[in-house]
Amino acid sequence: MGQLFAIEIIYRGIFQKTLAKNISRAIVLAAHEEGKRGISFGRYGDSPERNGIPAKSFAIVATDDVTLEEGMAKYEPKEVDITIAVDDTLCKGVESWAWYGLQPVNRLLKPGGTLIVTSREQPEAIIGMSHRKATPYNLAILKGTVSFSGLWVYKDDHTDVRLLGAISRILPDLFSVKSVQKVIMDQWKDPIKAASAAKAYERTTTTTVRPDQGNPETPYTFELPKWHEMRDGVTIPGIPAGGGFEDPTTHAVGGFRPDRNPTFKKFSTRTMRPVVNFDTCIKCTLCWLHCPDSCFDVTPEGLYDANMQACCGCGVCEAVCPVKECVTMVNETEFSDNSSQWEMWRGDKKEYGKWLQEKIAGHTERTHGFRYRGQYEEQIPEMLETARED
Amino acid sequence: MVPVAIEIEKHQKIDETALITGSEAIAVACKLADVDVITAYPIRPYDTVMQYVAKLVADGEMDCEYIVAEGEHSQFEIVKHASACGARVFCGSSGVGWMYAMEALTVTPALRIPMVAMVGNRALDDPGAFGVEHNDALAVRDLGWQLVWVDSPQEALDTALIAYRVAEDRRIFLPCAISCDGAFLTHSQALVKIPSQEKVNEFLPPYNRAELLLHPDNPITVAPQGNEDWVMEIRRQNYAAMERTYGVIKEAYADFERIFGRSYGNPFFEEYMTEDADVVLLGMGTLSTPVKVAIRKMRAEGKKVGFVRLRWFRPFAAEELAKCLGRFSAVGVIDRDYSFGSPYLGGVVVGEVRQALYPSPGKRPPVLGFIAGLGGREVTVPDVEKITASVYQAAQGKPQPLTQWIGVRE
Repeated sequence: MGQLFAIEIIYRGIFQKTLAKNISRAIVLAAHEEGKRGISFGRYGDSPERNGIPAKSFAIVATDDVTLEEGMAKYEPKEVDITIAVDDTLCKGVESWAWYGLQPVNRLLKPGGTLIVTSREQPEAIIGMSHRKATPYNLAILKGTVSFSGLWVYKDDHTDVRLLGAISRILPDLFSVKSVQKVIMDQWKDPIKAASAAKAYERTTTTTVRPDQGNPETPYTFELPKWHEMRDGVTIPGIPAGGGFEDPTTHAVGGFRPDRNPTFKKFSTRTMRPVVNFDTCIKCTLCWLHCPDSCFDVTPEGLYDANMQACCGCGVCEAVCPVKECVTMVNETEFSDNSSQWEMWRGDKKEYGKWLQEKIAGHTERTHGFRYRGQYEEQIPEMLETARED
Repeated sequence: MVPVAIEIEKHQKIDETALITGSEAIAVACKLADVDVITAYPIRPYDTVMQYVAKLVADGEMDCEYIVAEGEHSQFEIVKHASACGARVFCGSSGVGWMYAMEALTVTPALRIPMVAMVGNRALDDPGAFGVEHNDALAVRDLGWQLVWVDSPQEALDTALIAYRVAEDRRIFLPCAISCDGAFLTHSQALVKIPSQEKVNEFLPPYNRAELLLHPDNPITVAPQGNEDWVMEIRRQNYAAMERTYGVIKEAYADFERIFGRSYGNPFFEEYMTEDADVVLLGMGTLSTPVKVAIRKMRAEGKKVGFVRLRWFRPFAAEELAKCLGRFSAVGVIDRDYSFGSPYLGGVVVGEVRQALYPSPGKRPPVLGFIAGLGGREVTVPDVEKITASVYQAAQGKPQPLTQWIGVRE
């Protein structure tokens, strides 16, 4: 049997769909320059996907067709040489509609495989976010702002070619940086993009992650029911109505927390989360009303707490809140758990106030998609600058 | 997927290579075939073919009428009428979209319309899963549609060109539906050789509807109402056309080989490692990949297993298949479909295989049916090994259930 390579690209649905596809295609084409055969595909490529939902693209490459077929016997590979996470918040774990339970970002990595993450964070932060893996793996960070596009409008900020350059450094048996540059010139006819790939090739460094490093939590899983355990007629039980919940200081029960789907942990769709200032809230109810997923719990005293198990980070609450800086969307990498902000505030209002100011001051803006003409012309030069910093 | 088409001669014009999906490959074939009218309506997973056609039209690479209908029923009606007026047409759908077009699908072969359609095989609602099942395309199996299953983007492109050649042959004039497994084929990009326009022009003559053409200079009436005095004769005509299709398919593949330099061997089904096999598996579509991988694994363990991949489901090459299967001690048919209430509750393909064998003058081995891979669930290498173990039991005369469900949670 010949040599088989597998690379997965974990990305945010819609916003990074084209980015992931560009990368997986270019992998196959660059390897083809060196006589290899490959296939590029998405895990149940949807048309369209859901905004921000974790999704995967794959490139399977082999030295010959028979080995390629061996690599395609299982549609989603059992193990990969490289996992690319084009959004650092994906490192917290992913649950897509295509599979069940929370999957560690490094789950498919072969022992000694490499996780490449686009991020402005330091390795320690990324390692801290990722679940522990029983075998060691390597981490490479592609320095830069995470790239989000619209579905039909591609933000050409060179993330794609920089990642290709990084791959050629990490896995030279797959393809050389020269082959990457040839494909870039064929596809994009852009020598500046080719130069970006070469720079990334030169600058890529890796850190080894040990089995004792990372998030020690066991990722959520559950058993799927057997055919005779399911209801007939494609029917499922409704989620029961919720009820009041306990105030952590007075222990009085009140308010309303809706019951939510116990098995789909929607929060892995989130790339940013709302930070709520309960002191300035005027109880207008707009955030609770407009949240598309009913993520706000109504607290016993009539405030609104965004439930972090449910919130998928759409930002509508921030948009509708009439009070300045009462609801602020903050990068998900700033947080390490899903604990309730209201409970934190009830416990110590002064501490919470400090924590809140720290979170919202100087937070990096996360924008999704294509919002206005000229947006990419503004964002791309800034992103290229960040990439050039060392 | 291991290419079954073998390069048998070098050509002077080097064909282009592209990294495209099965859907995109069929769109490319439409471009090469200079299709005149295409109607689209969105449903995944077939709709990527229409997205790609739209891109080719927008980029000026293809000149055709591209109409987005308000539903699949209209979609198929429009191209049916365009074809009656002499246009080369292409259409397609998936799952319940295809079912929504059913009235149009029934009248199309009845009127001898040589439409080529792509079915992106998708599980029928309910539940609304996007994954592959073959029941959508199979639903028209009695009506006069030619049905063919492909398992790679290269085969999809080649078969689309062959489909036009066969369907538009004046002796045939029957529509052809090309089935591509949803996701596994519609959405996986592989390297495909795109033939030159020159070669395609040599292979595919223009569509000539002759005396059946709907045109003011040719005063005819198409589809008048009939009664019991007429129906049998009309059906008998289609029967004769489908009988002739076997020969025309063979001619087309031979000419394809000559012009494009790619050989598919026997057009109707592919045989993989069957020369010395004790038992064989049989199936359609992209399950060929895990099956072939499993077979190589089992061969290394000393088991002589082979695989027959059915391409053409209609017309069904019964005599040829019965002759082939008579060489083996037992056959395991993998149905990526279901047929509730059928004999022995088996899938569609196993029923057809048993039907093909029943009148055979040769040996008739036991045939077991396995239902697997429904709704996009993968057929895995361990699944194939489990299937083969049961087929071996049958080969040794040990009773096995006639229908088994593989990979279901129970």
